Amino acid sequence: MTFLEIVSIIAGVMFGIGAIAAVFRIIRGPSILDRALATDVLLAIAICALGAEMAINTHTDTLVVMLVLAMFAVVGSISIARFMAKQDAS
Amino acid sequence: MSAAEIAVALLILVSAFLSMAAGIGIVRFPDVLTRLHAATKPQVLGLATVLVAIVVQVPTWGVLTTVVLVMTFQLLTQPMTAHMLGRSAYRSDHVRRDLLIEDDLDRDISDHDQSGQ
Repeated sequence: MTFLEIVSIIAGVMFGIGAIAAVFRIIRGPSILDRALATDVLLAIAICALGAEMAINTHTDTLVVMLVLAMFAVVGSISIARFMAKQDAS
Repeated sequence: MSAAEIAVALLILVSAFLSMAAGIGIVRFPDVLTRLHAATKPQVLGLATVLVAIVVQVPTWGVLTTVVLVMTFQLLTQPMTAHMLGRSAYRSDHVRRDLLIEDDLDRDISDHDQSGQ
């Protein structure tokens, strides 16, 4: 097992813990803002994991996917935050 | 195991640690504004370290320019998201006011209300 394979396992476990925690907050989250925020975190972790996989396997196939995600990640959270009425508790 | 591999491993581990810290932070922190603080770590610094790792592994001009584009868009859009979420949280009373040490916006709003009378 090479050095980068060991690193990829450790990093995968850490990314996984972060993603599971974000999903936990999406399910539990008391308000819709918490859910939007946790969705953003889940997306950021997905972008980071895509990049880590590219760096470990030395290819650039999913670089365009990262670009598109970074460009359009903003739409969901802003539309939720902008059009949330005061009485929407969850 | 070359020096470039060690650098790539360190950068990826930093990004993974920040992602894990953000996940734990948004589970443990009490309200939207403190969770917002935890959430921005992988969005900016985690992405930056991973992009540097990609450039170290594949050092070509095409990759470098795309990476700069990704970081630029992330830095442009994430503050907008954080601002809108924080504003919406403040307006819809999802802020734990007993945890706040100083609330400048509340003072400004009451000043404005008094001068408007």
